Parts: sequence; structure tokens; C-alpha cells
Amino acid sequence: MSADRSPPSSLPDTALSFGDAPLLSASDVAVSFGDLDVISGVDLRVEPGSLVGLVGPNGAGKTTVLRAVTGAVEPDAGTVEIGGDPAASLSAKQVGRRVASVPQATNLAFDFRVRHVVEMGRTPHLGRFDAHGVEDDAAVDAAMAAADVARFDDRSITEVSGGERQRVLLARALAQAAPLLLLDEPTASLDVNHAVETLELVRAFVDDGDRGAIAAIHDLDAAARYCDEVVVLANGGVRAAGPPESVLSASTVGAAFDAEAFVGRDPATGAPAVTAFPHSDVESRRVHVIGRGRPTARVVARLAAAGHEPSVGVVPPGDAAAGAAADAGATAVTAPPFEAPSEATLAAARELAADADATLAVGTAEGRPTTADGPAEVVGVADGPNAEVAAAADRVVPVSPDASGAELLDAVAATTADGE
Amino acid sequence: MRPWVRSAAWSAAGAALLAVVVVGSAAIGPVRIPPETVMKSVLNAVAVPAGIETSAGGVGPLPIPGVGPLTIPSVDLAFASPFAFPVDSVHQQIVVGVRLPRILLAALVGFALASAGTVMQGFFRNPMADPSIIGVSSGAAVGAVAFIVFPAALSTTIALPLLGPVEVALSRGAGTSLFAFVGALVAAFGVYAIATRNGRTPVATLLLAGVAVQTFLGAVVSYLQLQAGESLRQIVAWLMGHLSGAAWSEVAVTAAVVPPLFAVLLAYARDLNVLLLGEEEARGLGIAVERTKRVLLAASALVTAAGVAFAGVIGFVGLIVPHMLRLVVGPDHRVLLPSAALAGGTFLVAADTVARSAAAEYPVGIITAAVGAPFFVYLLVTREVTEL
Repeated sequence: MSADRSPPSSLPDTALSFGDAPLLSASDVAVSFGDLDVISGVDLRVEPGSLVGLVGPNGAGKTTVLRAVTGAVEPDAGTVEIGGDPAASLSAKQVGRRVASVPQATNLAFDFRVRHVVEMGRTPHLGRFDAHGVEDDAAVDAAMAAADVARFDDRSITEVSGGERQRVLLARALAQAAPLLLLDEPTASLDVNHAVETLELVRAFVDDGDRGAIAAIHDLDAAARYCDEVVVLANGGVRAAGPPESVLSASTVGAAFDAEAFVGRDPATGAPAVTAFPHSDVESRRVHVIGRGRPTARVVARLAAAGHEPSVGVVPPGDAAAGAAADAGATAVTAPPFEAPSEATLAAARELAADADATLAVGTAEGRPTTADGPAEVVGVADGPNAEVAAAADRVVPVSPDASGAELLDAVAATTADGE
Repeated sequence: MRPWVRSAAWSAAGAALLAVVVVGSAAIGPVRIPPETVMKSVLNAVAVPAGIETSAGGVGPLPIPGVGPLTIPSVDLAFASPFAFPVDSVHQQIVVGVRLPRILLAALVGFALASAGTVMQGFFRNPMADPSIIGVSSGAAVGAVAFIVFPAALSTTIALPLLGPVEVALSRGAGTSLFAFVGALVAAFGVYAIATRNGRTPVATLLLAGVAVQTFLGAVVSYLQLQAGESLRQIVAWLMGHLSGAAWSEVAVTAAVVPPLFAVLLAYARDLNVLLLGEEEARGLGIAVERTKRVLLAASALVTAAGVAFAGVIGFVGLIVPHMLRLVVGPDHRVLLPSAALAGGTFLVAADTVARSAAAEYPVGIITAAVGAPFFVYLLVTREVTEL
């Protein structure tokens, strides 16, 4: 469903609109199963026209939050309002007209036709003795076309693949024509093409203006790219909420997921791109990095994620290493290429190197140091002006451009331990 | 094709088949009667209201002040038979008086068991569920067997405050049926009450509560059989299911109970479809899940109770017929429910015809199991059942 193939107008019309009232407003919601508090103190808002992403580690309570919204679990505390009315005051049918859910996984025991499953989305709009009308058929057709399931509408739901089934459930939710869409891991079993198309479809759904969606998404990059707002859940509570650029920081993500994270930029979309590393539990050090290009950027990212304080220089402005330093909030000393850096610039870089607990010199791909016997000699890096920077450092550790993260951190740890 | 159109088409085909089997069954017996004679006899027995007639024996005379004694005549509907085919009166009596009530009771009981079985299989999302799963059959068995073992204890004199002592006695057949009906409903309600917490009835709990109650009631029936003495044979016959000696009054009672409840179940066919997706999804699609479950449980318990009250425990109809029809017409309950119900009626009429045609009459329950199980196996072997 790229945008040109399915403009928003081809989605089933939503009859209900709540004007400026938030589609969903949950405050201080708590749910516990027995003695186990699954979520507590959760606040959420979905405004018309916005897509809210619910991210967090496994077991953070994302699904439980969605279930509390649909009324599948009753909150022990707090209020959930849908379209301005308390959810508890709405009948099941009224909720079904306001909220459509795409569940994470279903086991369908009986082999309904795909089209029949999508038709079930019309249930909240039908009285007990109503047959499907023209309007219902139109909504079902539009939903099936939008979710790209019309091709196999006569196949049995038990015969289609997991990804196709997930799109059938999406079509069912679209046929429901409710102004609020709830999605639980909508892209979990989709191929990369359909994952993007599904999120584009949800984007088109909310861009219409009156409708909104909230999606539990495990893919942080997708959340950053498509969501207007991201809510980070961890340990059953909201850890951060706001626009993706401000919420998806290394510290928030690292704390929520209990991992070492580096947040850079996706080169294709410009959206925040999160990379997580395993725990290293290193002591934080000041580390100066000499080098250029992607290998150096990678070193800076790994050091920053591990909690070190990296700095870079001298590098040309716009170099990948300078970009990584900027994303990590680290200092980068830059000088235009093909000319000698000014004395002030060199002095700044020398000071950073002298002040650092360790200085790493990253080899270039062409000037790869040989590591077969003895300490490698770094070629092509600490030459020119950077030779002066290296000279200012207490000790320079040569690093191969394809050293693993663990080797990198070990090198820093070994160097700084010697120094003490 | 539209689901309701498909439903009507399958129902028409099912009804036609049922009619053919009913006529064929009425032709078969110790006395062979040609099918056209059967049809003529049936038409001869049809009576339609033709007017109102009054007769002298009404209420009164009542002393009305100022008017004098007033007698209100009784008013009756007058029936007329529109058909008068020349049919041998013995044949007429055999068809209408003997065979037809039994055949129609079989049709109604089969209809009831198959529709309740269809609903239970959908409700429990399990094709191995059947109407007895919520304890209905075992409850009916306890009620019926208790009445058979202790009939005297149940014929008592009750002193009513205004009318004086009233002798309450039930005929053996009516008593057995009444106690079976009540026992079935009590057991079903007991299972429901055990499985319900805070207004929610999880299907898995209901299933297990049903198993527990069935096991317990099975023990009660076994104990009662030990105490039975002379009436043991009668108990065994009831437990195996039987349709012999069916009377028009039994047909009338069953016909008054089963079709209206079936209409309730049919009205919930679409909800049943959605429930198959899972309760949480059904709720998301606007179904009031707990209320729907209560309606479905109550209606199927009543339908099953009405089915087993007169005919005893007839197994396999409620299990196998819905499963067979699901393979033929698919899982959509709007189509499946009416076609399975009609097929259930047809199946039981045919099975009972075999039961009463044998040299010695067999309980029909033996026939349904003996015919049903191999057919079930045949279906499993020839058709690919990919998932339960």
C-alpha cells in the first residue's frame, strides 16, 4: 500500500467523529493480575490525526495497556475515556463502533473464508436481524483492497500464511470503520514490504484528520519514522512520552530496555535510528578518537553507548565520525579538508587527546594495520595534523577498522587500567 | 452467494430430505404401507380451524343482580378436515396413530440435539463438544432414573391451604420426562454456577466443571441402578435412548419447546461466528460476550433437555451431525445451524426406523452410535481435517 496506490479516500468512511475531543484519554490506569501489578499509573492520549507508538521491552505491559482500552481487562484504578465518554459507560457495541483492534495473533479454529472474517468487522454496525447492506459491502471491499487481501478473499483463513492472516485482521479492523485504531505489533510477522505498507496505511488512516491510532511496536526505527508521538513503557509504567526525536534518546531507550543504546539517524529517512548493544558494565572513561569515516563513527557510537565520553578530531565537517559524535552529544574538532587546520583547531584537538584517559587511533580500510604479530602499527591515520594530536596523548592505542565492539571496550579498559 | 440465501437453500434441501425420510419411514414396518397411502393418511388427519361453535355446557347459571340467572355458553373452535382421501382405516390408524408420533418425536429430538450440539461446538470452539458437555444429559439421567426407582415416593398427597388435600400423581411416562427435564436444567445451571465468577464464565472452566458434574452424576446413576431391582431393565432402556411408545402429547410438548428456542439460537448465529474468533475479539467487535454466552447456554440447555426428556440419552447425534454438516456447508452458523438441525432430525428418524424394523426392537441410541461412529471415521479418513 504505497501512498500513491491507496490514497486515504479509499479507506472505509468513518461515520463517527468526536470533533476536538481526544479519541482516547487514559489517566492513571493500573491493571494487576492477582498480586502482580502489570501496569500502573499509565497516562495516554490519542488526538485526532495522530499515530501514537507504544514501545518498550517484552513484558513492559504494552498489550495490557491496549487490552485495558478495549475493556478486555478491567483497570483496577484510573479512567479510560473513548471519544470523551468513560469506556465503562459504553456498551460493547458502542465501543465496537469507536475502537477497532488488530490483535497480535489469533488462533482461528474454524475455516472461515477470508472475506467472511473481514465481514465480521461490520458486526457492531448491524442489528441482530440486519443483513449486510450496500454500505457494509462497500466498507468490506474498500478494507480488503486497502489491506491487499482481496486477491485471496475466497481462501480459508486457516490456509493463508501468518503475514497474510495479520493483514486480514487489519482489513477486518478497517471494515469496522471506527475512528480509533488499536494495533498490537501490526508488523510482527510481515515481510519488509508489507510491514512498510501496513504502516503507510495506518499513516494514511490517521492523516485523514478525524481518526487516530495507537500501535504497540517493537521496531523502534519504525516507531520513530511513522509515529507522531512515542510512549516508552518499562516495568509497567510510562518512562517517557513525546515526539520521537525527543523521546528516543540513548538514555531513555537504554534505561527502558536495560541495554546500551546509540541513537543515530537513519540515512534514508532521517528519522532516529536506534542501535542497541549488549551490556558491558564498563567504567566510564574519557576517550579521544582519531580517525575518519564510518569505521571511526562506529567506534564513537559503541563507546558512547557503553557510557564512555568520546571526543573526535581532527575530522572534516560532515564526516561520518563527526555525525556520530553529534548524535552522541560528544565533542568533535573539525577542520575543512585539503588544507592545514588552524593552530587553534589543532590546539583544541591536542587538549582533548591530552585530557583523555585513552586515545584510540582507528585505521582506515586502505591502511589496515597488520595484527598478525605484535602490536599493530597504524597506517594512514596519525599522519599529517593528527600525528600532532596523537603525540599529545599519553598513549595511543591502534584500533583495527573492523575491531568488534568487545575488542574496542577491552582495549579502552586495558589502557586505562595500566594508567592507574 | 449471500449467507442467508445459502442458508435458505440448504434449509429447503434439508427440509425436503427430512420430509422424504419421514414419509419413507412411515411406510416401513410390520405392515407395509405404500408411500402415497402414507401421504393421503397424513393429509386426511390435517384439521384446520373452520369457525366457532357454541355449546350449552358453559359457565353458569350465574345470578347476576337485575338481569337474572345468566348462562355463558362455552366457545370452541370448530375444525374441519379439508381432505378426505379414501384410505383403509387400519392403515390410517397405523400411520397417524402409531407411526407418525414416533417419527415426528424422533425428528424433533434429532433436530434439538443437532442444533444444541452445533451451538456447543461453536461455543467451546471445539468440534468434539456435544450437548451433554454442560451436564444436561447426566442431569436428565439422574432425574429419570430416580423417578423410575422411586415412583411411589413421588406420588404424594399435598395439603393445599384452600383446596384441601390434593393427590399429586404422575403417570410413569410423564413423571420420567418431567424429572428428566428438571434434572437436566438443574445440572446445567449447577455447572454454570460453578464456573461463574464475578459475572464471567470462562469457557475452559465451564468445560471442566461440566466434566466434574458429569462424573459425579454418573456415580449417582450407577448407585441408583444398584438400588433398582426390578426396574433395572427400564433404566437401561431409558439410558440408551428410546422412542417407542411415543404419544402425540409428547410430540406436542416437544414441538412447543424446541422450535421457538431454535429461533433464539438462529438469531444468535452471527454472534456465534464472531465468538469463534475468541472472546476478546468478539468483545472488540461489539458483542456483549457474557450475556451472549448466557443466552446460548440457557437456550441450548433447554433444547437439549426437551430432546432428552422423552427420548432418553441418545448419543452421537449432537456430536456427529454438526461435524458432518460443517464439512459439507462450512463453519458459518447462519447456514450450518439450520442445515445441521434438519439433518439431525433426518438422521434420527432414519436411525429409529432401523431400530424398530429389527426383529427385536433395539434402543435407538445403539443404532446412532453404531452407524454414526463409522461414518465419522469415514469422513475423517477421506476428507482432510487440517485443524481442530
